[in-house]
Amino acid sequence: MTSAGNLHFKTFLFILLMVVFGPLGNVLLGKGMKRIGTVQVTDLTSAGHLLAQILSSPTIWAGIASLLSFFVAYMLVLSWADYSYVQPASSVAYAMVALLAHYLLRETISPLRWAGVLIICLGVLVVGYTPPRTTEPR
Amino acid sequence: MYHLILYILIIGAGTLGELCVTRAMKVVGEVKDFRPAAIVRVFARAVRVPWMWAGIALMATAFFSLLTVLTTQNVSLVVPVTALNYGAGALGGRLILGEKVSARRWVGVMVVCVGVAVVVLGGR
Repeated sequence: MTSAGNLHFKTFLFILLMVVFGPLGNVLLGKGMKRIGTVQVTDLTSAGHLLAQILSSPTIWAGIASLLSFFVAYMLVLSWADYSYVQPASSVAYAMVALLAHYLLRETISPLRWAGVLIICLGVLVVGYTPPRTTEPR
Repeated sequence: MYHLILYILIIGAGTLGELCVTRAMKVVGEVKDFRPAAIVRVFARAVRVPWMWAGIALMATAFFSLLTVLTTQNVSLVVPVTALNYGAGALGGRLILGEKVSARRWVGVMVVCVGVAVVVLGGR
């Protein structure tokens, strides 16, 4: 593979990881916290109890792991790619959120929101046709 | 006036924070080894770059400004404004990091901005 092809490939791969793990982490954390429900924290004992509940939830741990994976992918991709490439490209996450909400959480997505998702994908396609790195490596 | 300052903080500090993180990662240099131990070493190097901490502090400022705005203003009003982040990001990448933002990339960024605003207006 040429070095430009290689750069495109690894940029694509790491943005894909960001787009999958970011929304997934948020959904998992949301689900985990909702399962715990509304808690009144009045003193140290109840705060400790809440913390124990949070730390014993596999869903919340999966959410934390997802968000951590998102942040690592974000840092790594920025070590070689332009910020002005990564930021718009990662907005595909909005499409991922809509898909997760529709298929996983069974939420209804309005036609206007689907239209917005399509517009975002179109914009990302345009950005995707520019070189991921335009500055010299230090 | 109070809200305007908060909006400027959300967009300005948020974008500047991410630009600082980008600068920090460029100082660390292009990562080519993706084995877990190598990634841990990259992480250890990144937290020793002051730009990284400046970035985290600015991103935290933007986050708390967003929370503050959300206590008094409706989400449907606040979130479309954050679509402006994409324009600010491309501008910052160009002016601060010296990235070459071509006409094609600008068009893509603007289309993404519109799309994000439409998604938010589309609600749930």
